[in-house]
Amino acid sequence: MSASNARRPYKRPMGGWWRKNPYFVEYMVHEGTALFVAAYALLLLAGVFALGRGEAAWNSWLALLRSPPSLLLHGVLLLGFLYHTWTWFNIMPRTLPPILIGGERVKATTITRAGLAAALVASVLVFALAARLAS
Amino acid sequence: MKAAPRTIRIEVLRYRPEQDKEPVVQGFDVPFTDDMSVLQGLQYIKDEFDGTLSFRWSCRMAICGSCGMMINGVPKLSCSTFLRDLYPNTVRVEALAHFPIERDLVIVLDDFITKLHKIKPYIIPKEPRALSQGEYLQTPEQMAQYEQFSACINCMLCYAACPQYGLNSSFIGPAAMALVHRYNLDNRDGGRAERDPYVHSEEGVFNCTAVGYCSEVCPKDVDPANAVNINKTESAKDYFLRFLKPKGAQA
Ligand code: SF4
Ligand code: FES
Repeated sequence: MSASNARRPYKRPMGGWWRKNPYFVEYMVHEGTALFVAAYALLLLAGVFALGRGEAAWNSWLALLRSPPSLLLHGVLLLGFLYHTWTWFNIMPRTLPPILIGGERVKATTITRAGLAAALVASVLVFALAARLAS
Repeated sequence: MKAAPRTIRIEVLRYRPEQDKEPVVQGFDVPFTDDMSVLQGLQYIKDEFDGTLSFRWSCRMAICGSCGMMINGVPKLSCSTFLRDLYPNTVRVEALAHFPIERDLVIVLDDFITKLHKIKPYIIPKEPRALSQGEYLQTPEQMAQYEQFSACINCMLCYAACPQYGLNSSFIGPAAMALVHRYNLDNRDGGRAERDPYVHSEEGVFNCTAVGYCSEVCPKDVDPANAVNINKTESAKDYFLRFLKPKGAQA
């Protein structure tokens, strides 16, 4: 290329890319809900540590869980989890190889619904188990 | 009876390297009829207002893949996007995102062409075949395996939709992966081993964070995100299974 080359390709900056399209904003939000999942994992981990430190620590951890701020936190985290679950199964069909049933390709919406149904069933089972253990 | 033409405002992000330090917006009031696409709006501007306006196009029927641009921030084929659907709002037209702008709406697409070459997008026979053996036969089931991925028209809208590509253009990206997948799935092809190193490399599939917008904007329902993500599984298998293979088994 000679110095007289008139070409001067312009590269546009990427700063703030995720604010430029509602699709990307939603992407950042649903990826952000992964932090809710991580936060709850830490909460449970703290419980395991408390258990390891003896009965008193365990009981105070339980008491902490029952406090109003904790209940509020649980509510907020639950909302985050629900949105996370919803978006997770929405993207799932894009990540799977074609599933054939009777020679027909299973539709994306069917995969999403099956995933959501599985999440619901699993949640009910865990809840039932917890209720049984608590009684 | 023909309705009188209405007028729509088209704002074009212009870039003339010989005079503009950086791109500038220029607006035009364009009379249009119901059958006019954004591409035809641009042609009107070029014919009537400013002959220096540059943009690519060829087929005008959504098959050549030349006329992609950002229309109101969304990657679209300008020949199949109609002014009547955008009216009365102003239309903002800009060169495809994530690619360098050569001039006005024309992008530098060398990077994509290099990637296309790299993935060997053609059938690499499993074994040498003599002409006398005749043509390959393929059943409809065998064709169905890859047909969706063969619909790609190389319009690059998916790259303009991929923030990961925008942030790191060494990423192989959606359409190139869709084509890798298309040939790998073809029962006549034996080229997978030649394509695999690129797919599994640093520039390969794992740059994808499953944003999924590529598949959303694809005008041919190729679902390139699907090709990328299926190959993540393949890539992970390739990585981990090597530890299970007996020593020296790898070529
Ligand atoms: S995969 Fe779709 S959006 Fe991407 S280049 Fe091919 S046709 Fe265009
Ligand atoms: S001009 Fe060919 S795809 Fe639009």
